[in-house]
Amino acid sequence: MIVERRETRPLVLVVLSPVIAVAVALALAGVLIALAGAPVLDAFRAIAVGAFGSRLAATETLLRACPLILTGLAVAVAFRARLWNIGAEGQLYLGALAVVTLGFSNPLGLPGPLLAVLLLVAGALAGALLLLGPLALRLRFGVDEVVTTLLLNFVVVLLVSMMVEGPLKDPLAFGWPRSVPVLGDAQLPKIVERSRLHLGLVIALGAAILVNLVQSRFVFGLEAKAAGLSPRAAAFAGVPIGATLVKVALLSGGLAGLAGAVEVMGNRGYVSTDLSPGFGYFGIVVAMLANLQPLGAVVAALFAAAMFVGSDAMGRQLGVPSFIADVTVALCLLTMLLALFFSSYRLRRG
Amino acid sequence: MTSRTAPALEMTGIAKRFGAFTALDGVDLELARGEIVALLGENGAGKTTLMNVLFGHYSADAGEVRVFGETLPAGRPRAAIRAGVGMVHQHFTLAPNLTVVENVVAGMGHLSGLSLNLPAARAKLRELGRRFGLAVDPDARVGDLSVGEAQRVEILKSLFRDARILVLDEPTAVLTPAEGETLFATLRLMAKDGLSVIFISHKLGEVLTGADRVVVLRGGRMVGMRATRETSREELAELMVGRRVERPERRERPAGAPVLVARDLTLRRGGRTLLDKAGFELRAGEILGLIGVSGNGQKPLADILFGLEAPSAGTVEILGQTPARPSPRDMVRRGLGRVPEDRHAEGSIGNLTLWENAVLERVREPRFSGRFLVRRGAARAFAAHLASRFDIRGAAPDKRIRLLSGGNMQKLILGRNLDNEPPVLVVAQPTRGLDEGAIAGVHARLLEARERGAGILLISEDLDEVLRLADRAVAIHAGRLSAAVPTAGLDARRLGLMMAGEDLGRVAA
Repeated sequence: MIVERRETRPLVLVVLSPVIAVAVALALAGVLIALAGAPVLDAFRAIAVGAFGSRLAATETLLRACPLILTGLAVAVAFRARLWNIGAEGQLYLGALAVVTLGFSNPLGLPGPLLAVLLLVAGALAGALLLLGPLALRLRFGVDEVVTTLLLNFVVVLLVSMMVEGPLKDPLAFGWPRSVPVLGDAQLPKIVERSRLHLGLVIALGAAILVNLVQSRFVFGLEAKAAGLSPRAAAFAGVPIGATLVKVALLSGGLAGLAGAVEVMGNRGYVSTDLSPGFGYFGIVVAMLANLQPLGAVVAALFAAAMFVGSDAMGRQLGVPSFIADVTVALCLLTMLLALFFSSYRLRRG
Repeated sequence: MTSRTAPALEMTGIAKRFGAFTALDGVDLELARGEIVALLGENGAGKTTLMNVLFGHYSADAGEVRVFGETLPAGRPRAAIRAGVGMVHQHFTLAPNLTVVENVVAGMGHLSGLSLNLPAARAKLRELGRRFGLAVDPDARVGDLSVGEAQRVEILKSLFRDARILVLDEPTAVLTPAEGETLFATLRLMAKDGLSVIFISHKLGEVLTGADRVVVLRGGRMVGMRATRETSREELAELMVGRRVERPERRERPAGAPVLVARDLTLRRGGRTLLDKAGFELRAGEILGLIGVSGNGQKPLADILFGLEAPSAGTVEILGQTPARPSPRDMVRRGLGRVPEDRHAEGSIGNLTLWENAVLERVREPRFSGRFLVRRGAARAFAAHLASRFDIRGAAPDKRIRLLSGGNMQKLILGRNLDNEPPVLVVAQPTRGLDEGAIAGVHARLLEARERGAGILLISEDLDEVLRLADRAVAIHAGRLSAAVPTAGLDARRLGLMMAGEDLGRVAA
């Protein structure tokens, strides 16, 4: 067998590759479900019903999609400029921590909505600044940002742990390691009656539209794309590579930080070390499934969220561990990488 | 079974397609023992593909390869090597941190088990070097060798593995004219010894003097086969291109005031001096040719002029001004048109569209953007305008640029620079890898720009191009620039001496 590069990537394959990737991942998940001793078709039906089968199920899925959309965007923005930000998880936690630190009291007596806006900005800023460190190391010393961003995730989670056991510990939480809550005034309002779905969804969708606009219409979007595709040619054309990457890092880290802020202000109300079941890491899957397209990230995030929410329901009904969702979504990353490979290369018998 | 009388190589009916593109369409090639055959053709004619099929890098869709009468299995480079085929690639495949002898035996572990028998290898190398005039010190580090010497190592590597058929891909592309002559003398010695040689080329001169027979490829087909004794430059050119191509000629015109002046440009990097007090003066309405063997400092010099790199010392003056902190966009704004040496790696971004490539270096100018937004309408219109004005074929503004041919890509790169008639141009290797028709087009554009009074620095390794286009020429050697001499009365041989660093006053006299 010989691997040959395709001269062009056929459009059909570009469009179909995420679909095929998801289908293959689901098929593999089916094998695992069968191994767990459950009827496969029933299990998939239970997942679908659990994710979309009722008003409550649908709003829970959308709720879960909020942080995934934002972390997916964060990763997509960075990867497009070949900035390998694996640190969305840490940026999310730091954003959440910033929100709680500034939002558990209101010494200036700001009106609630204003405080909420300021907290969102603070969360985004915290995430953005966290990514600047690894970027500076890469630009100055050539340190691989994959390593630094990944390792910073653990550092930040430890920092959160320290804060919620110490200075930010909620005295009313019966000893649970969680922080004091954000003031009720500053929390995000619910947007659907009798559900947990909050304004964060609107923020996430707005962010996707905005990022799409920036990438397709802005000078910065064009320069970031050029810098990612070919740093040498971009530099020749006068694109300031360092400055462009700094802006990309601010945007990427900011989106991840915003995910943490939204999750705290809309959903949890406080921060703890189990705030994110890996939203930052699954953001990578979401971005890859979306082919790094901002609007595609919305669709991919919905898919991942549906898998998580639906699998919980399926697990309760059929006794299959709900970790099947994590496995399936993670499999999607592998199958998507393979799909991308086969849309660029072909195998020939040699 | 190896036959004693079979030709060294027979390729019959070789066909190879890449998707919808037919690279080779039923090509036959025969090579006798002790014969030198030149494979002549333009870029994309299929020369390299054909040789990659022979060597097993590609497996052909149809056809058969027989070496000394024995059929080669497709797609097996190791089988090709074992059958006695050696290939010298255009870009060498040597490890610079190893010595010559280590490079030669690398990958041959099966010969001597665990330990390499270096003394024996050294002796064999010396013997081969003596026999074919390929003298190289077996214990020299490859990284310290000149390009010509590195090429000798590549050839020795093949001979060491008992190659009986040697394939060389554009072997003179990296050599000075003198080194080229030495190479062909070596090839001649090898042919006398019974080896067979195929070399790929698109240079008519070396084909006529270096080969016994020439096979011309065009568009994946063999369009002609001639004994070099019985053919001419003109006939081969026409076979290769498919029609008559006249390159435009330069008309004398007086030069004007200096538009680009470099003074004592020095660039040191990592303890090495890449440029050493290089200076020149380019005047309006003239083409100044800068010649030199690749790697002698052209690239750092061009990068400084392009605004990509700051010199360690020295200044660049453009149109009477000396920019304090030159950057690419600053130089463009001041009136510099730039064509980089590598149009794929620097001049364009393959996965961006035509219009994005057309405006990228000016995208911050009010013409193409507001405070934040790209004026996409204006940018697309500009790309469409370039396509029609500079005759770029198949150039929809939203098409990705990597789908264009090299010639059309170069038209876009030249066009985006020439369109607003810059007074100064620095063009590096503007016709490298282009076919005859495209070369004539690029030359015509450069001469037009000169006619309207632009000063052009033409950095080129193609001596014919410099003699034809340039009013004056300077040579660069080991980071130093010679004085400029008028090209009138110079010939390729004298330019060759200049490139080798000979004293200019003596050569010009």
